Amino acid sequence: MKSIYLDHAATTPMHPRVLEAMLPYLQEQYGNPSSVYSLAREAKNAVEDARKRVAQFIGASPQEIIFTSGGTESDNMALWGVAQANRGRGKHIITTSIEHHAVLDTAAALEKEGFSVTYLPVDGYGQVQVADLKAAIRDDTILISIMYANNEVGTIQPIKELGQVARDHNIIFHTDAVQAAGYLPLDVDRDGVDLLSLSAHKLYGPKGVGVLYIRRGVKVANLLKGGGQERGRRPGTENVAGIVGLGEAIRLCQGKMEERVERLRHLRDLLIAGVLAKIDHVRLNGHPEKRLPGNAHFIFEFIEGESLLISLDLEGIAGSSGSACTSGSLEPSHVLLAMGLPHELAHGSLRLTLGEENTEEDIERVLQVLPPIVQRLRDMSPLYKQRAKVSGA
Amino acid sequence: MAMSGGVDSSVTAALLLEQGYEVIGMTMQIWPSGEGSGQDGDGRTCCSLSAVDDARQVAAKLGIPYYVTNLREVFRKKVIDYFKDEYARGRTPNPCIACNHYIKFSALLDRALALGANYLATGHYAQVSYSPSRGRYLLRKGLDPQKDQSYALYGLNQRQLSHALFPLGELSKDETRAIAHRWGLGVAAKPDSQEICFIPDNDYRGFLRREIPAKIQPGPFLDVEGNILGTHSGLPYYTIGQRRGLGLVAAEALYVVDIDVERNAVVVGGRDKLWRRELVAENLNFIAIPSLAGPLEVTAMTRYNSPETGARVSPLPQGRALISFAEPVRAPTPGQAVVFYQGDLLLGGGIIKETR
Repeated sequence: MKSIYLDHAATTPMHPRVLEAMLPYLQEQYGNPSSVYSLAREAKNAVEDARKRVAQFIGASPQEIIFTSGGTESDNMALWGVAQANRGRGKHIITTSIEHHAVLDTAAALEKEGFSVTYLPVDGYGQVQVADLKAAIRDDTILISIMYANNEVGTIQPIKELGQVARDHNIIFHTDAVQAAGYLPLDVDRDGVDLLSLSAHKLYGPKGVGVLYIRRGVKVANLLKGGGQERGRRPGTENVAGIVGLGEAIRLCQGKMEERVERLRHLRDLLIAGVLAKIDHVRLNGHPEKRLPGNAHFIFEFIEGESLLISLDLEGIAGSSGSACTSGSLEPSHVLLAMGLPHELAHGSLRLTLGEENTEEDIERVLQVLPPIVQRLRDMSPLYKQRAKVSGA
Repeated sequence: MAMSGGVDSSVTAALLLEQGYEVIGMTMQIWPSGEGSGQDGDGRTCCSLSAVDDARQVAAKLGIPYYVTNLREVFRKKVIDYFKDEYARGRTPNPCIACNHYIKFSALLDRALALGANYLATGHYAQVSYSPSRGRYLLRKGLDPQKDQSYALYGLNQRQLSHALFPLGELSKDETRAIAHRWGLGVAAKPDSQEICFIPDNDYRGFLRREIPAKIQPGPFLDVEGNILGTHSGLPYYTIGQRRGLGLVAAEALYVVDIDVERNAVVVGGRDKLWRRELVAENLNFIAIPSLAGPLEVTAMTRYNSPETGARVSPLPQGRALISFAEPVRAPTPGQAVVFYQGDLLLGGGIIKETR
């Protein structure tokens, strides 16, 4: 049985060219970039090349790029670091109710430290309203953090408009672009972004490396102490191979971005249309158009998402109920609840996120396998039986 | 296959593979959500986070698919709340029986059937079989008498039994050991534990103090004549037959012989006051027979792994039964199960309501 991977929002397989680019830095080029000898210089150069690549990718300059251990650290550093470094200016932070937990949990920790946090609501599609942001701004607001695109339902936020509001009020603006990168053209100046988080492993790069872009002049306190690396902002010997891999991954996804996105969108639309046609009592979550090209997110009524995921896995299809970070716990998704879905519906979600290696055959197979599984699970559901009786009578 | 990471369930999974079954491993997640893994305790109980890690490793070793299934809500309602309510009522609950009936062979079984499985297997020491002559599924004690766990399964109904597999109950100790050896499970799997799984530190008094503080009110220690002997620290802290920790000074050793909820009193008395000739059971469930039509001669077990006593079970109104013992039984306790056997055949059982 061929296995089909449809969880690219959780992580992606590493591109062979990325591995190839990394290998020398795991083997012969093992120098510590901070040292003086030539071996170290090689490593240092490789890190700086990657930094330039990232900077160019988002329209920043290399000095504004900090390498981290991944999206979670970048988000932590953005919120915690800005809050601590700017607490003299105010103690109010604005974010949204649909952020990744790296943002939400850091915001909650800041609340315990005496900061006050406003969580903006979203509409039924998962979009933040510009008017809501304007209304939430106070004199003591020091930071706005809004994700570029949502990791669960794939909804893309009007970042440029939101960034403009932040800029008009001279408030620092952070965006978690972990899901958007590689699919949407990023430009920190166009979007009015002061801090931006990226992660390599969502882009066919290695796990354990990410980026925090920090606009020149924005004050951010360190999370870590202990060395002068990354201009003193992020001490610790650089993850040289990982950084090189990130650079290569970005180089690869910059090429033919439009073509890749178009292909994904085509596959996604096949999947969505097929699911909606073949299965009833199903709804597509997130925005119909303003959504990530690889994201399809469904709710199947009368079904419990966990059994659906396991049944798909037994057929060799890897999907998710929402976010990998909370799968296994399977609490109802905070994103779906924020979008106004009732608790019992939020349990029956399925997120399928497509990637480079997926084909039309993959989609056909999903459309073959999924409907009978849904039917079997519904046949066992007391709620579905009740409903069938009512509508049959 | 319900997997805990322990030896028993691991060997069961291996055995099923050897018998040609297609096996899917599952562990129930029953912990209240909290901040990560901090509340894992010592990790020795059956469904803790480290149990999940152990079970996952065993499943990988056996080469079977493995999943964790979230049953927190139903476990809290049907087991933890029941546990607290029973103590609040001055009774001594048996959470494993509730878990088998309401969680493992209900919610978990449903999940298993939803995946297209035909059976739910567990590592219990008991034997299930279908009797064409009776037209019923029967439950018997496990072959190894020291490990028999049929007592905790008396509450299963015919539908539940029709989907149950207990492969371990049919093995001798040596056979079990041989399978564990063959699959190298002796080292990988941890020993099985007997504590209350949702109280990792095993301090059930501390648990009740946190969970139902209002139900824990000091009151009088009474002797059997009704004289006040001292002050107890709250009914849930005592169980019938208990001698230690009473803090009473008397000429003879004193035991808890009764818990009087109406007077919030703990009644104590000498060892001779613990013995009972009769008890009334409620919430009856019968397995080998459809129902209790008339008096039955049985052997009765009034506590997990305690010796059986000859008894007659007679029907009472309101779905209750009177159990009259051939000889007195020590400290049968309201809230615990009384289970009826004929030889190794489990007839049925109920919950002890009152004793005399």
